[in-house]
Amino acid sequence: MGSVLELQNVHKSFKLGFIPKTKEVLKGISFSVAEGEIFGYLGPNGAGKTSTIKCVLGLIFPDAGTISLFGRSPLDPKSKEKLGFLPENPYFYDYLTALEFLDFYAQLFGVSKDERTERIVRLLKLVDMERAADLPLRKFSRGMLQRIGLAQALINEPSFVILDEPLGGLDPLGRKEIRDIILSLRDSGRTVLFTSHILQDIEMICDRVAIVVGGRVLSQGRLADLVSEKILFTEITVSGLSAAELAGYGECVSIRDGRALLKVFSEEKVQAVLDLVRERRGGIHALIPRTHTLEDLFVDMVTRS
Amino acid sequence: MIISVIARNTFKEAVRDRVLYLLLFFSALSIVLARVLAILTVGDRVKVVKDVGLASISFFGALMAILIGTGLVYKEIEKRTIFTLISKPIRRVEFLLGKFFGLVLTLAVMLGAMSLIFLAVVFLHTFQVEFGLILAVVFIFLELVLLTAVAVLFSCFSTPILSSLFALSFYLIGHFSWSLETLIKRTPAGATRTIIQIIYMLLPDLENFNIKTEVVQNLPLPSGIWLGAFGYGVVYTAFILLLAVLVFRRRDFI
Repeated sequence: MGSVLELQNVHKSFKLGFIPKTKEVLKGISFSVAEGEIFGYLGPNGAGKTSTIKCVLGLIFPDAGTISLFGRSPLDPKSKEKLGFLPENPYFYDYLTALEFLDFYAQLFGVSKDERTERIVRLLKLVDMERAADLPLRKFSRGMLQRIGLAQALINEPSFVILDEPLGGLDPLGRKEIRDIILSLRDSGRTVLFTSHILQDIEMICDRVAIVVGGRVLSQGRLADLVSEKILFTEITVSGLSAAELAGYGECVSIRDGRALLKVFSEEKVQAVLDLVRERRGGIHALIPRTHTLEDLFVDMVTRS
Repeated sequence: MIISVIARNTFKEAVRDRVLYLLLFFSALSIVLARVLAILTVGDRVKVVKDVGLASISFFGALMAILIGTGLVYKEIEKRTIFTLISKPIRRVEFLLGKFFGLVLTLAVMLGAMSLIFLAVVFLHTFQVEFGLILAVVFIFLELVLLTAVAVLFSCFSTPILSSLFALSFYLIGHFSWSLETLIKRTPAGATRTIIQIIYMLLPDLENFNIKTEVVQNLPLPSGIWLGAFGYGVVYTAFILLLAVLVFRRRDFI
């Protein structure tokens, strides 16, 4: 599969302040997004995620490096014909109604009037905003703006969608709905690049990820390759045993309401704990093997950097 | 095509701005009050109505161009609405021209509305629609188009308050720069005269668009004024827009 987006050694610095001080925000970003995948661009706040996206969209100009969007420069309008974009914080024309707003963006792609009407109805249904079609955007909540923003990003039926923090400001139900929409986009053959600092989102839906910290991509690849399947330790919640009895088996994290949470670091010790519980006629309430998570990897990288 | 889509949206934005209606209300009030002023005047009352009416259209039109024009591009950057716009297949120059023509369209409609009120007030006195007055409004419109381009230029790199001050300075300088012409005539030939001549060439001369006196006093219009004012307006506006495009095309939207 070919790549839809390719960045090579992209550098960007800004001059900020009254007495201009140069701040390097991107220090050689390189990654590529393959056709048909959901690519997660992960990083803490201020890592350079949005700056990278802005370079890709031609909103800011890189100092060095190359960016190829559908094989073209991002400054070439043709490269954006099949691109959809949802910005980090949904800022839109608040004097327009949802219908006028989507119609305006559809017109920018030269979509015919009949086609526009059909697409707008379909998209409003997709993002569950049919009820707010005639409401001006200034009356929208943040979650509603996020949904209408997503509809705007899909108005040209793009084959590549860039979503900057798409799940921010949404309630748990809303997050699930948007996650499902993103997955349905992939299922319909579209490519998705989305940025987030929320690891669960990335872990749940991404095929590949790149972790950016301090303007550098520290790690990238398939999620399964980055995160080890090896069991680090097992958490066992038992009852009917005292802390003293459990002392030799692992680390007793807490004892509450007669239940002890034990962290056990080897398979043999897990078996030994189970034997002990059976012998003393105690109870086992939970047994959770903990593997290396994206969070561990992420925290490790941020700490090291 | 894209320019017209953005222009229509800009027009929608401007006509949904309450400031515009406030200015329209005060301009209408000022035009109507000219009638009261005329009653208090000794002499030709119609001339006072015409004079104050045209001055009101010019002044409030300039305020509209400056107040709305200076926030036009800045607001898009500040509110980050430009992010979604530039991510679409449009060129920056198309965005800028769309904004400019949108405001020009708004001014045309507002000037039309002010003119209707003005012509109605004059009609109450003279019982005729004078072509000269319409011509004077067309010249005011040409001046406002230029002023809009200036407002858009400043809006590309400065805050609305600073841009308003710059644009207002441009407007004031433009109406007083003609006095340099007198100074040039009185200065003996030499380096000083050349410097003043260069300054005069660079500074705008908005009096080129002022035919109010001729129209109100029923004086003959100078020959070639049509072509002169139109040519000056188009060339100067194009020059200012070119500067705006140059500033805007390499700007980072942080």
